[in-house]
Amino acid sequence: MPRYDEEKLGEILSAFPPAPQSWVKAAQDIPLAQRGLDEIVERADVDDEYRRRVIEDPEAVLEEADVVAHAETIEILRRRLDK
Amino acid sequence: MAQPFLGAVPALIVSYGPVDAVQAMGLRVELTDAQLVARCRMGDHDAWRELVDRFSRYVYAIAVQGFKLHEHDAEDVFQEVFTRAYEHLHKLRDDEAIRPWLAQLTRRLCIDRLRAGSAEQLDDDVEIADADDTIARLDESLAVHEALSALPGNCQEILDRFFARDESYHTIGDALDIPSGTIASRISRCLTKLRVEMEGRNSGASAS
Repeated sequence: MPRYDEEKLGEILSAFPPAPQSWVKAAQDIPLAQRGLDEIVERADVDDEYRRRVIEDPEAVLEEADVVAHAETIEILRRRLDK
Repeated sequence: MAQPFLGAVPALIVSYGPVDAVQAMGLRVELTDAQLVARCRMGDHDAWRELVDRFSRYVYAIAVQGFKLHEHDAEDVFQEVFTRAYEHLHKLRDDEAIRPWLAQLTRRLCIDRLRAGSAEQLDDDVEIADADDTIARLDESLAVHEALSALPGNCQEILDRFFARDESYHTIGDALDIPSGTIASRISRCLTKLRVEMEGRNSGASAS
């Protein structure tokens, strides 16, 4: 087991900074984003015009649904629409 | 009165309800990684928020320190790691293995990102080996950070602000409403508590 002195512990803490708060918040909101995706996909299943909009401009549709349009979120949306 | 009651908490953690009752009394209960994962799988959004909070520094550090990704790429990888983790949490065979699972996921996505990039490609395996060394070091950082979370709140705050957030004595003093002249001695005392906590954890691990 490694031995720790106070100086070493300070060095370790210094090398472990927090992630940007906005990144953490977006990751914490993933369940809400998933719920937003569910709603978009459900609506696209019954509304062809809406489906066309989602395919053409997923960023805008996600924004309307209050979901942050990260690349991964758009990819998930596309995959789910293709199913 | 509080101490004996807290001593009983680990046994209560196993069952779902009493933990909520303990937390409702304003007492902080540190869930194990496995307990946290189990709660996330049950759809507990608070647990998910805590899981992200617990591992966000780790994932961030692997991307930025281990693989030296630029900010934009690191952000994409960071979100992708947690999105995939959320979607595939049910595939995790050992809930206690969430940390190495996240490390592997982050590692793989960072390598994909570097290989897909046109400007700075991975030349060979040397960079990956360097990144793996960094991940090993970050495992230690995460362990120290977990030990930090067992210290009193004022110690957590002052050590995190001074070391991890690189704040000055003056800034810390203003934020915590304490005289800046006492910050150095408070840091020293809190570091000693952290050392004792780490030694306790290490001797516990050696004994088991």
